[in-house]
Amino acid sequence: MNTAAPAPKAAAKDVEKDASMQKQKAMMAAHYDRLTSAPETGAKVCSTFVPGNLNELIGCFDLLNNLPEVNAIQSGLRRISGQYVMEAEKIGHSEDVCTYVKSDIGMMSKGNIAPNGKKFPNPDVLLLSYTGCFTFMKWFELLREQFKCETIMLHTPYMGDGCFTPNMIEYMVKQLRDEVIPKLERVSGVKFDIDRLRERLKKSAQAEDDLVHVLQTARNTPSPIDAYFGGIYYIGPIFGAFRGTDDAIEYYRFLRDEIDERLAQGRGPVTPEGDMGQERYRLVVEGPPNYTHFRQFWKMFYDEGAVVVASSYTKVGGVYDFGFRHDSSRPLETLAEYCLGVYTNRSLPMRIDMLTNYVEEYRADGLLINSIKSCNSFSAGQLLMMREVEKRTGKPAAFIESDLVDPRYFSAANIKNRLESYFQMVEQRRAGARPAA
Amino acid sequence: MGTPLSSGSTAVIIDRATRIFEDLSFSAAREWKAAQPGRKVVGYLPIYVPREIIHAAGMLPLGIVGGGDRLEVVHGDAYYQSYICRIPRSTVELGLSGRLDFVDGMLFPSICDVIRNLSGMWKLMFPHVYSRYFDVPQNYADEIGGNYYANELAELREDLARLRGAPITDEELCHSIAVYNENRQLVRELYAYRAEQPWQVPAAESHLLMRAGLVLPVEQHSEMLRDYLAAARQQQRPRRDYCRVVVTGLFCEQPPLNLIKSLELAGCYVVDDDLLLVTRWLTSDVPVEGDPLRNLATAFLHHSESTAAKFEPNPLEKGQYLVRAVRRTGAEGVIFASPSFCDPALLDRPMLQHVLADAGIPYIAFKYAENSGQMQPIREQAGTFADSIKLWSGQ
Repeated sequence: MNTAAPAPKAAAKDVEKDASMQKQKAMMAAHYDRLTSAPETGAKVCSTFVPGNLNELIGCFDLLNNLPEVNAIQSGLRRISGQYVMEAEKIGHSEDVCTYVKSDIGMMSKGNIAPNGKKFPNPDVLLLSYTGCFTFMKWFELLREQFKCETIMLHTPYMGDGCFTPNMIEYMVKQLRDEVIPKLERVSGVKFDIDRLRERLKKSAQAEDDLVHVLQTARNTPSPIDAYFGGIYYIGPIFGAFRGTDDAIEYYRFLRDEIDERLAQGRGPVTPEGDMGQERYRLVVEGPPNYTHFRQFWKMFYDEGAVVVASSYTKVGGVYDFGFRHDSSRPLETLAEYCLGVYTNRSLPMRIDMLTNYVEEYRADGLLINSIKSCNSFSAGQLLMMREVEKRTGKPAAFIESDLVDPRYFSAANIKNRLESYFQMVEQRRAGARPAA
Repeated sequence: MGTPLSSGSTAVIIDRATRIFEDLSFSAAREWKAAQPGRKVVGYLPIYVPREIIHAAGMLPLGIVGGGDRLEVVHGDAYYQSYICRIPRSTVELGLSGRLDFVDGMLFPSICDVIRNLSGMWKLMFPHVYSRYFDVPQNYADEIGGNYYANELAELREDLARLRGAPITDEELCHSIAVYNENRQLVRELYAYRAEQPWQVPAAESHLLMRAGLVLPVEQHSEMLRDYLAAARQQQRPRRDYCRVVVTGLFCEQPPLNLIKSLELAGCYVVDDDLLLVTRWLTSDVPVEGDPLRNLATAFLHHSESTAAKFEPNPLEKGQYLVRAVRRTGAEGVIFASPSFCDPALLDRPMLQHVLADAGIPYIAFKYAENSGQMQPIREQAGTFADSIKLWSGQ
């Protein structure tokens, strides 16, 4: 481990957040209030998934979007997912399967209480956007069993050969046009208006431009953002319930200005303990984080001056940094392309190319993989990915393991040891790369 | 091939099937390939690929279902975390150890994220082998999922035509469909016979026969099935006072043969299962007239097995296939046997159990790995289940 004096840190106190983080928190709170007051307002609720979600389309039917993965994350951050997971296991769900699912099921069996303390409404429709994760299909079959509501399948083919084909686009557009839209019309009672969709898609593209700008500021040294721990805040609105809305445009413009200012001032990322000290390590991270010990996990990085300059997880809802933007001139085709392009719907060679590109373009010291026990979509193949990226970039890679929202699989000492060893390896590589005196 | 075709008693036939099963170098497939210059072999993983197209290309479809309990995994574990099922690591082991060095192509069907990701790994690890992720529709409308799937089949047909260096004709495809129709009829006949008189067709023998079908040319496999059925009907085996069970969850990673034997030793006649569904995925004959790819697509959409890897659009139909299997075979209970860390089987299981509970069908559940060695707990659990059925059924 390094022997240099650690960068000065703020004394223990309340979590520090940038204004954008406060703004995002307020947006999320307002969304949860809208959801939980649906029985009173008469709003109808559409449950759907984050990767490749169709928020613009859902909005066209005045439906409120409820995302079970985000609810599980909220339960993880509030440290109640563990009891939900165990509750689900008690009623027959296997210990081997996705803990998002079990947190969701457990939450329902414990009253289905939202983060604002009020009960979630039952969904009026389950939009099974089957994109990049097999578990989604079973998850919504399980919810359908419980809620007995309309369930709409939108199957996104996998980009196994590293590209999408006209056949895939045609298949998805037909599903949207002939099945998804008519069913959403029926459930919502609202007629589909393609111009309304076009308007929302234009708004999406505007926000997407600003998000990409923010994420790419990490090419600078020091990086003004942490593109993993901080990045999770940044992607919340666009991958959640806000893409295609004025709120999202406003938020991402606000965020962009904030980060630009931070960049101009030469400041590093904000952490829960204030501005990060000296940037010592620049990392690319593959895989989702652990949410039950999110702050403790993050602290292991910023205490060492490690900043994440790019991550695959911030692409889990959709990948924008290679040029994709929602295109209002091709409304259904663009929705199809968005779904097809999400990170976990890309083949392993595509994912390796992306990570290699990140290591090089963001001038990272290496790749770190946080392998999630209950997420095969991300995790299966990661050991090969690690070796390939290492081979192609010549930069060291490391592997740690945890889980999304199951606290039983977070071993702080183990992860810290591995991280320390990894930083030591980075130092050794740097020393080896320096010319002899 | 040099070896004589299956003939004679069930013991002789099963002996041959056992040798094929135990041969992790796939000698039978190697011999087939070597017998004629230019022959090619295309491997496929569970759960289903249209073997007719491979056959029509003049190639041998080779089912790869992991390494079982006889393969020492040396390299494969370095590619997978401990919480990922066993079949991909032993499949990687088969590849890295050279056991699949004669295979010209690999198909990775849409079954789960692990097999899906393995398709990309294969492209990287074996760049000179044709490999394809084989997607299937989760939409069952002819004009939507049907068109998509027919086009996917056309792409596969073109890929294989390139591999062999000549187009695959409609006539070749129709002929192959007919050959596989016959094979599926024989498989269904075997399953029906076993359901009727399970003491005549032990589950382990049925499994070995299906496993042979993954390696042998389909014509030889059909002959083996015919010979076995004829031989089985001519010999009378002792009928025991066992209960009758359907075993489910076995559709991908294979249980050790000993596990299947243990169930019967514990007093459970296996009257239906979801082992090696590829052998009977299409539940009725595929028409041999007309557009062969459209016919295969229609069969997939409307006449194929239900399993966890498929979306069930009708909530009232969810799990009913299992209830129907129980009723059809006169089973008295269901055993959920699922590989550890198998997302499809384990995520589906609670829903299927609810359906069975509503239908008043008893069940038990356990997990296994392809290399599980300790059968005593499973035998005890299955034995207790059999006893409880015998003691309490009808009350």
